[in-house]
Formats: sequence, structure tokens, C-alpha cells
Amino acid sequence: MARYTLRVNGKTHEVEAETGDSLLSVLRSDLGLTGSKYGCGEGHCGACTVLIDDQLVRSCTARLGSVASRPVVTIEGIATGERLHPVQEAFLETEAFQCGYCTPGMVMATIALLRAHPDPSDDDIARFMARNVCRCGTYFRIEQAVKLAAVRMRTSSSAGGRR
Amino acid sequence: MSTPPHIEPDTHETQVEVERYELSAPPPYRFDIERRAFMQIFAVMGGGLLVVSSLPRAVAQASGRGQSRSAPREIEGWLHIDEKGHVTGYTGKTEIGQNIRTSLAQAIADELRVPMTRVSMVMADTDLVPYDAGTFGSQSTPRMAPQLARAAAAAREMLIDRAAALWQAERGTLSAKDGQIVGSGGRAASYGELTKGQKLAGAIAADTPVAPPAEWTLRGSAPKKVNGRDMVTGAHLFTPDLVRPRMQYGRVLRPEGYAGALVSADDSRAKAMPGVTVVRDGEFLGVVAASERLVQRAASAIRAEWRAPSGHPSSATIYEHLKKTGQAGGGRNAPTIAGDPARALASASRRFEASYRIPYIAHVPLEPRAAVAEWTDGTLTVWCGTQRPFGVRSQLAETFRLTENRVRVIVPDTGSAYGGKHSGEHAVEAARLAKAAGTPVKLVWTRAEEFSFGYARPAGVIDVKAGVDGAGRLVAWEFDNWNSGGAGIRTPYEVPNQRIQFHASESPIKQGSYRGLAATANHHAREMHMDEIARGLGVDAVEFRLTHLKDERMRAVLTEAARKIGWPKPSKEGRALGIACGTEKGSFVATAAEVSRASDGFAVDRLVIVFECGAIVNPDGLRNQVEGAVVQGLGGALFEALEFENGRLTNGSMAEYRVPRFRDVPPIDVVLLDRRDLPSAGAGETPIVCVAPAIGSAVRGFGRVDTALPVRLID
Repeated sequence: MARYTLRVNGKTHEVEAETGDSLLSVLRSDLGLTGSKYGCGEGHCGACTVLIDDQLVRSCTARLGSVASRPVVTIEGIATGERLHPVQEAFLETEAFQCGYCTPGMVMATIALLRAHPDPSDDDIARFMARNVCRCGTYFRIEQAVKLAAVRMRTSSSAGGRR
Repeated sequence: MSTPPHIEPDTHETQVEVERYELSAPPPYRFDIERRAFMQIFAVMGGGLLVVSSLPRAVAQASGRGQSRSAPREIEGWLHIDEKGHVTGYTGKTEIGQNIRTSLAQAIADELRVPMTRVSMVMADTDLVPYDAGTFGSQSTPRMAPQLARAAAAAREMLIDRAAALWQAERGTLSAKDGQIVGSGGRAASYGELTKGQKLAGAIAADTPVAPPAEWTLRGSAPKKVNGRDMVTGAHLFTPDLVRPRMQYGRVLRPEGYAGALVSADDSRAKAMPGVTVVRDGEFLGVVAASERLVQRAASAIRAEWRAPSGHPSSATIYEHLKKTGQAGGGRNAPTIAGDPARALASASRRFEASYRIPYIAHVPLEPRAAVAEWTDGTLTVWCGTQRPFGVRSQLAETFRLTENRVRVIVPDTGSAYGGKHSGEHAVEAARLAKAAGTPVKLVWTRAEEFSFGYARPAGVIDVKAGVDGAGRLVAWEFDNWNSGGAGIRTPYEVPNQRIQFHASESPIKQGSYRGLAATANHHAREMHMDEIARGLGVDAVEFRLTHLKDERMRAVLTEAARKIGWPKPSKEGRALGIACGTEKGSFVATAAEVSRASDGFAVDRLVIVFECGAIVNPDGLRNQVEGAVVQGLGGALFEALEFENGRLTNGSMAEYRVPRFRDVPPIDVVLLDRRDLPSAGAGETPIVCVAPAIGSAVRGFGRVDTALPVRLID
């Protein structure tokens, strides 16, 4: 066991763990951040998606030793107080979920997608989100949500918005 | 069942068929415990107004089926209005992504004339809600929504009575509006004012006036999911997210394959780890520790030896095995016979025979089975994802020899199920571990456990023999299904001579319910065969069906699907069209597919789904359900199949078992036919049943198609 310093959603945490422990287990068990979900444990369903250095990461396969000290953002860290992130707003408005278990991962993957492709095509979405599964099959609505969020974020950034 | 002279298609049956593969039979009896006497509810909820139903008949109906052998005579509380006018509805249904929390609240708000924000639902908590057989068979909207609407209407009438008494006014001059009872001369009182300081209790009367669909205001509209915000913020707590004081983590040791008997276990290293409890009870072997990671390490430190089952068939030999072990039973498995099919077949001018094969497929709910169990003074509380909270309560009570009133099952809104969460093994395991550890224990199955130790949609073999007379009319239809099940087994087509038979077989893989059950397998075989016959006769596949269909609702969906896809002409040169139709759980669907050739065989370019389920309660939620069912159907049509050999799955992981992803989903046109003149039927399952045969028959435009699912070109 060793001590690791983690920076998650702008806060610093000290945890006791082993280098091979998954980031997901630390987020969920040690930090109580249960918004990131366990779905498969092998990086193939995307329910555990978080951002590290603004990059999309599957936290179930990310080992603590390789992520410690890099800034981690989870679903709990993207809203500003009561104000939702535009991607969250878009998912809510288009009702882009059924059971909601994949939703945090989908939202985080969308944020990463829109950083890389501010105006994504259907093909961009399909490729970038290939490892995010919605078993309820709400893919159309998620596409709509992604596109709605893209429009809003482009508009707000061209108007000098923070995001 | 004897042999009726004529078979009516089972399209309008009010009683849906009970699953053949319930893993836990209902308890043989239920004790009459007046556990929920309404005074207790007042004690919990404070004063206000409570609507109960003590009519066993109504309870049995609301529970979905005639499974309850002696209907519970408890006093069931369905609806409460507190002294601030807030409304709470109680139901044993579970929210598993089908949006029923919202549509039930909608029904209540509509009858009570209050905004949705004033209604909350208590769902699937066995201590608080009326008995319910479970959330399956697409019964929540057709049965539970009207039940809660009746409770809400009863509350509304009680409030009018109360206002009439207070104001000494004529009842007929009063009405409910915007959360108030209003009378003449602008007199009005809010529901909160009317219930303040009261303990009003009333029962749902048979003649309680409920608004017909034509007068719905909120129902028929599309309000947002009531807890949608928690879904996008990650705030919603699914069972794996729950934490209880002093809670520890559990893990169960399993064989390497999907089955096996425990021979020996060396747990000395695990036992030496501080804070680790090893639990061995007969075949059960598990560990408990203070953290998820420690329990994982402890489990890995145990050396267990298992005896694998021998002589199990593989996914290649399973169909032979199912036929060999199949038994044509009596009772509900007796054949349905009309006319003389053997003779009609022998004298038919053309005969069409084929054997269709349907593989096992996995549900893969993204939330795996999970449970948190807590013992307090000999009573057990278990939070878990399941579609049958009361069934799981019985299972726990039986396992731990408790009376049912000492067991409470609470189901948080769950990360989906699709028929895959009827059983309570995870609840039993967590409870066993918690009992040994003396603390609450959380158990979350791994994905590998889900694949190997959950249950699968049954594999099946379906042999179809059809005979056609010289005029091109079907005169004989023989349909034998080994192991898939009986849902949707009867044909909606007019055929004078029929024999339809289900054969129960021995399954090496644990099998159970699935969205649409056997209706998907039976529709696939039937619709692929109808297409084959039409092709063989050189007639149009839509026309051929229509000449054998009387039911107007079925004709309507089929005709609309054909029109919408542009039948019979594909939109581009080199493409092909296919179509299929069917009915299940009282609703009707037709699916049309357009496909093109691709390097790996074919690609699906477009799907059209025409769906009719009577009066639509929540059109947006319905559309979401239909799209979801179609996407799930695409998986079974295009690539899902469990593969196994020597007692082990060979594709039991998300990397190997392919489920539909973004790139797999073609444009899908969903057309909903709203029939406000008809009662609402269930909708979560039926749209899945015709996806595979629509695609399969389309692909026949390019060559011979395998009779096994997934759909593939043979040459």
C-alpha cells in the first residue's frame, strides 16, 4: 500500500491504495464519487468515462499509478453550482436516456468529443463514442443531445462565453 | 387444453401468458397479515387522505396476472395526499428505464387535476407498496396506470365530498381544478386545506369515474422524466452506489465455467488477511472485507477446486440437444390443433418446410446484479435491482426461514433489466454474506459473473411446415418450437388446418425471461416462413399476408409500414426490402427494412417501425421505448449469440459479446398509431419481435439466408 495524491474536480485527495488499483474503484469507494459507473471493468462499455488532462479515459482500466497527480474530472465536477454543463442540459432536454446508467459516461465522452470535434458529424460521433454502450438503445437521442450541445457550446464560445 | 375446433388469434387476450422460465416459482401460499393496515400508513405519513383497496379481486388484477393463488387480503394503500396537498402514489412496479415512474405520476396528476410536480411515486418497496407480481409482460401501463388513475379519481371524489360537507354545498356544483376543489361564487379550497388535521380514508369503488382517453389532459402528453436531472448529474443512486453505515463488501467465488460443483477450497491465505471473513456454507463460498479492493484480493487468495459438468453440448450442437431432450407435454404445453393439419399438408399442392434456429442471447443490462443486505434484530432489508421485489422477498424468506413480514426488499430505480432481473440470487448471496459478517454487505456482480451466472434468453429450434392450395392460400400450418417458449407461438394468419406445439427441452445454460420472450423467436420463424412461401409462389409478400389477415389492427400496421418504406421498390438500385408483422401483449407492430450489400455481407440502411398499442399515455416515452426495443432487436438480428463449449462461455465479456453500438444503428422511422378509442396495451416489448425477420427477409434479396439467427447470407 502507498499514499497517492489525487486531484479530482479541483480538489486534492490523499488515498491509500496500490499502484494497480483502478481509478474507478478509488473514485467510487474512497472518494464517494459514485456518478462514474462500473459496467464491464475492461474499458468496453464507457459507463466509467472520466476526463484526465481533458482527455477521455476509461477509469475502470486506468491504474492509479499512472494517473496520480494528473487532474481528473468526473460527472460530479462539470456543473457550476446549480447550473448544469451545456452537455448535461442537452441530454436533459432531449431526454437522451432511459435507465440512465450509461448517462454519466455518455456525458463525459461527449465533452471530450466536442473538444476534439466542435461540430461533429454522425461519423465522428459513431467513431468517438464507439466504446460507450447504451444498452437501452437511446443512440438517436444521444446523437441529438451531442449536436444540440455542440451548437450551444459553439454559440457561447463565439460570444466570448467561458465554455 | 383440449383441441378447440377453431383457433382465434391471441391478439385480444386480456391475460398474458406467464413466463415459462420463471426461475423462482411464486410461494405456494401467502399468509394474510394485516401488515399495512391503513392506520400504520397514517402513522408514517401523518394525517391527510388515504385511498385503499381491500378488494382482493382488484388487487389480483393490478398485480398483473392470476398467479396469486390466494389473493392477499391486506389493506392496500395506493395513494396518499398530505396536509400540504402533496400526492404520493404507491406501486410495486419497478423503474428499469421504461419511464414508468413518470407515466404513472402522469396518470395520477391527470385524474387529480394537479401539476406533475405535486406527485411523487413510492415504488417497489415491499414494506410500503401493495403486492405486485412483478414488472414484466408489459403490464405497467395497461394495468397499473388505470389502477392508480382509479385511486386518484377516488381521492378526487373524496375531496369533493369533504368540501361539500364543509360548505354544505350540493356535490354536483363542485369540481376539481388546479389542485383545488372549486364551487359556485368563486369558493375554493386547496387539497391541503381540505385534508389538514384529517385522517380521511376511502376505498376505490367500482364505479369511481375515471376519465376516458378522449378526456385526458396530462396523459397523452410528454412530460420530462421526473428524475431526469439526477441521471445527467450522476446523483441518482443505483444499487451499486448505495452505502450503509458499517457496510462491508462481498464477493462470491464461482466456478470457471457457467456451472460446477465445489470440490475443495483452501482459504487459509484469505483468512489470514486482517478484517476478512470467509463464508462457506455447503456449495456457497464467499468473502467479506471492509473495502471493495480488499475483498477482491481476498477472493483471489482463495484456491477453490470445482468439478465442471461433463457432457454439456456446445453452441454448435445445442440445437440437436434441444430436439433430442424435447418433450411434447400436456397441460399448457399441449398442442393447439385445428382441422386436420396432417391430411391438409399431405394433399396441399405446394409444401414449404424449414427449421429455424435461435441462439441463446444475453441481456447485458449495464448495471450488473447488485444488492446491499442488512440484518437488524432478525429482520432483513435488501436493496437490489430486480423486476420482482415481492418474488425476491419470498425467495429470501424461504432461504433464511423467515416470515415474509421480516423481510423488506427495496428496489432503487435500476440500470435496466430487459427481463433479465427476475430472480434474486444476488440478494440471497448478499444476505448470506451479511449474516456471516454481522454488518451490512454490498455485493456487485462483475460483468463476467453477469454473463456466466445470470440467465440467457432461451435458445430454440422451430420447425415449420406449411401447405398451400392451388389458389395460393395457406391450408396447413405445423409449427413446433423446442425450448424457446410459447409467447407469440400462434399464428395471426387465417389457416384452416393447424398444429402448434411447444416442446420443453433440457437447457445446459440457465435460461429465463427476456424482452418479448419467445415472441421474437416465434415471430422470426413465422415471418421468415411467410416470406419464403410468398417468394416460392412468386407473389408479393405484403399481399400474401393481407389475404390471410382479418384483424384490422394488424392490417393497419402492415399496410402503413409498406407504404412508408416505399414497398415494393427499394429507394436505390441494388438495395432490397423486407417486411414482417406481428402482435404480442395486445399491441401490433410491423417492421420494414431496407438493406444493401456490404463487404461483410449486407448492411441495414433503414428501418420503419409502425406500432399501435391503443391509447398512448406518454408519446415521447413510448417513442423512446420503441426505438430502444428496435435497437436491442438489431443485436439479436445481426450479431448477438452466446457461444460456449465444455461448460464454459467462450464470448462472455463485453469485448467479445457484441451489443449494438452507435455505428450499428441505421436511420429508424417510428410511426405511432394512437388509438384513443382503445385501452392502452403494453409497449416495451412488442416492437422487438419483427426486427430480425424484416432484415432477414430483406437480405434474401441478395441470396440464400441461413435459417439460424443472427441473419447471414450463406452464399
